[in-house]
Amino acid sequence: MIRVARCAVLLVGASLGLFGCALAADPTQSASLPPLLPPAQLLQPLKDSWPTYAGDYSGRRYSSLRQIDKSAVAHLSLAWTTRLNGEVRDGRSRNPFAPPSSIITNVGGEGKGDYAIPPPAVKGAVLQVDGVLYVTSPDNAWAFDARSGTELWHFFWKTRGGTHIASRGPALWNSSLFFETPDDYLVSLNARTGHENWHVPIAEFADEYFSTMAPVVIGNHLLVGTGNDSDAPGFLQSFDPATGKLQWKRYMVPMTADDPVLKSWPSLDAARHGGGQVWMPGSYDPQTDLYITGTGNPTPGYTGVARLGDNLYTCSMVAVRVATGEIVWHYQTSPHDTHDWDSSQTPILFDGTIDGKPRKLVATAARNGYFFTLDRVTGEHLVSYKFGTTANWSKGTKANGQPDPNPEKSATVPGSLVSPFEGGVTNYQAAAFNPDTGLFYTHENTGFNILYLTDPDPRGSMGLGGKRFSVVGYSGNAFQAIDYRTGKPAWRHVWPGNGGTGTSVLTTATGLVFTGDTNGNFVAMDATNGDLLWHTGIGNISAPPETYALDGHQYVLASVGDALFAFVLN
Amino acid sequence: MDQRPDWRHSVGLAGGLGALLLAAAVATPAAMGQAPARNAIPPGPAGIFGQATYPGKQRPPGDPAVIARGQALFGINCKACHGADLRGGDLGGPNLLRSALVLGDQSGEAIIPVVQKGRPASQGGPPMPAFALPRADAQAIAEYIHSIVGRKVNQGGPPPLPEKPLDILVGDPGRGAQYFAAHCRSCHSASGDLRGIATRIANPATLQDSWVAGRRAGAPVPGAPATPPTQVLVTLNSGGTVQGTLKHLDDFTVSLTTAQGQYRSFIRQGPQGVRAVQVRDPLQQHRQLLTQYTDGDMHDVTAYLATLK
Repeated sequence: MIRVARCAVLLVGASLGLFGCALAADPTQSASLPPLLPPAQLLQPLKDSWPTYAGDYSGRRYSSLRQIDKSAVAHLSLAWTTRLNGEVRDGRSRNPFAPPSSIITNVGGEGKGDYAIPPPAVKGAVLQVDGVLYVTSPDNAWAFDARSGTELWHFFWKTRGGTHIASRGPALWNSSLFFETPDDYLVSLNARTGHENWHVPIAEFADEYFSTMAPVVIGNHLLVGTGNDSDAPGFLQSFDPATGKLQWKRYMVPMTADDPVLKSWPSLDAARHGGGQVWMPGSYDPQTDLYITGTGNPTPGYTGVARLGDNLYTCSMVAVRVATGEIVWHYQTSPHDTHDWDSSQTPILFDGTIDGKPRKLVATAARNGYFFTLDRVTGEHLVSYKFGTTANWSKGTKANGQPDPNPEKSATVPGSLVSPFEGGVTNYQAAAFNPDTGLFYTHENTGFNILYLTDPDPRGSMGLGGKRFSVVGYSGNAFQAIDYRTGKPAWRHVWPGNGGTGTSVLTTATGLVFTGDTNGNFVAMDATNGDLLWHTGIGNISAPPETYALDGHQYVLASVGDALFAFVLN
Repeated sequence: MDQRPDWRHSVGLAGGLGALLLAAAVATPAAMGQAPARNAIPPGPAGIFGQATYPGKQRPPGDPAVIARGQALFGINCKACHGADLRGGDLGGPNLLRSALVLGDQSGEAIIPVVQKGRPASQGGPPMPAFALPRADAQAIAEYIHSIVGRKVNQGGPPPLPEKPLDILVGDPGRGAQYFAAHCRSCHSASGDLRGIATRIANPATLQDSWVAGRRAGAPVPGAPATPPTQVLVTLNSGGTVQGTLKHLDDFTVSLTTAQGQYRSFIRQGPQGVRAVQVRDPLQQHRQLLTQYTDGDMHDVTAYLATLK
């Protein structure tokens, strides 16, 4: 606490730079140490490290590491496991028989520290840079030794409140680590020590925003999104990673009468309360300098009566100029959504061939059950396919490839039988793309629910209110390998049992796919045909799996709630 | 933008971790909803795990007399434009429960000037006239508005609505009886297992949720599961078979309890793996029908079952 306060005074009083502050906070740090991750390094091909949410800017979750291949994977075994400790530790032990903790928690935050928060859980990226893992959970950040799982430091944020649903992970720029908090702060830490550099508010907490996104570093821009369920407008912001100064703020719904897409809303008031939150990291194409992100659902979520129209730019893929925040193109993957089905999934960038022509592409498998391939330079639509085999809410696709929602499948007073259910065919789980197989890997939820309208007010309801739903069964949840040229599955593996949540995906240059099944197994599959090659029953995988190499060993990292598991070939 | 795909996730997570945590002999919150034990910070007034806590709900309760006066003043001056429930009215006044100006107001500093001085047309809405109210009255209106904001439910939903039962029985019982005869009669009968179902499950929406899912509902039968158990027949490598009630099935293991009450589990892969696993799921037909019903079929069958008093 004292260190943090002194740091703040120094920053304000003497205008010291970040590194100066870090020196003041921790005299063991040396100014001669090189930065952990210069931003230009993110433009290099992904190799031994895992420096961003998806590994690299493409969002493919594709590793070129080759030690673990289709035959060796059967011998994958545990290197270490460790659990996240969210206790605020002061070095003393409450247990007189236990040795004192070597970790002293660094504490920050604007709250009083009088709220209970959920136990730690990894639901986002774990970064691996220079042999250190960086992990976040709402209000918490940690560093661990990537070789042993030993905890190196812990930072705890005293919250003002807010929805503590998840943290999608940190971002690293030079030697600063960034993460967002549920009470709407962007926090910068010294990645070597876990001491706070600074924090800045990124949204109006009173308007019920909550922030979960893993920030994205592009050069000297730090892209930051936030979330809201309460009829507030969504936006993407860019901050200076050195100072936390706002560079630009781009709303994803019209906020002024002259906005060109206001005609997709019945009124400016509806648009200004129309949602379109940005809560998952997007992908970046250095060749075009475009950041491509998905956007969230329109609000009120289940009652579209007071927001008739397509409701741009909600439920869309949006290409943003990184320097300015200008929207260069957009494609709406779910016009006028009335089911809370965000299109926030991280878009995946790759080059491929469509109709015999080489194209620069972007693809996404959306929560509404539709798969799309677009030209990522222009946003031109190329492929749509209903990959959600049970999805029943659309009348088909329109000429431009967009699904055409069937209004009878919105919430109704007597109930409509809708698939997917509220959580969608997919959700925050990260898909993967393997350029060697040309296949896009995603899990598929086949749940049905009966969706009742409980607030038939002609003004519409508010937020995610006004409905009730009852889950009534599944048709067999599955894992799909999708051909990006058609959207059709090259293979599909149905998990035994009924229900269960599918998980994120990792794929490798050795033709492997790693994911979780719906029964608490972490599995390796043959990327070409779905054959099951290895499994371990560690529990439901809660965060995207990833891989990295140290000292000639390739590690595969999986997270289950508050536990991290690292596997190697022993 | 609910980021929870399935509540089962949390439950499954806790269950999946169980064995591991047992081995580590470390206490863990067993399930979603249980107060976390591992954080040393005590719970606050609204700090219930899983619930949003925002400034509009963290505000200490106001003086009931002031709020009552504010409510009366709101009814006289504001209701026509902003609606009796503050969610917007016929004359075009905006919904105050999602207004950034209201939500950002601490103690009237933003609301009172608007009440007293009015506001020009903005953000696509009509102008607001000034109201010649003394400051204490404008303050009371602000207190009243905050008291309603504080009753908003989770995920931005409006304050709970007055109970007004919605009629979900829109189907045709005759068509429902025909559908039942064609699709359900091989397992169910109106004079047998479904006799009196509409009495046991009086709420038609609960009746619909239950029959579509194949869940037993109504008065619980002691010891009976909510859904009928799934049976499994395992063919061993030796050619012998073992059957019983399915306990667990994934791509790698299958387990069951035999009629004698013995628990057995088997691996499914490799040279020692079992030869075949045949699952007899009594809800198979329910699951298949999920992809076939129209909403009309569903409403008709519900209307028919609602006649089985």
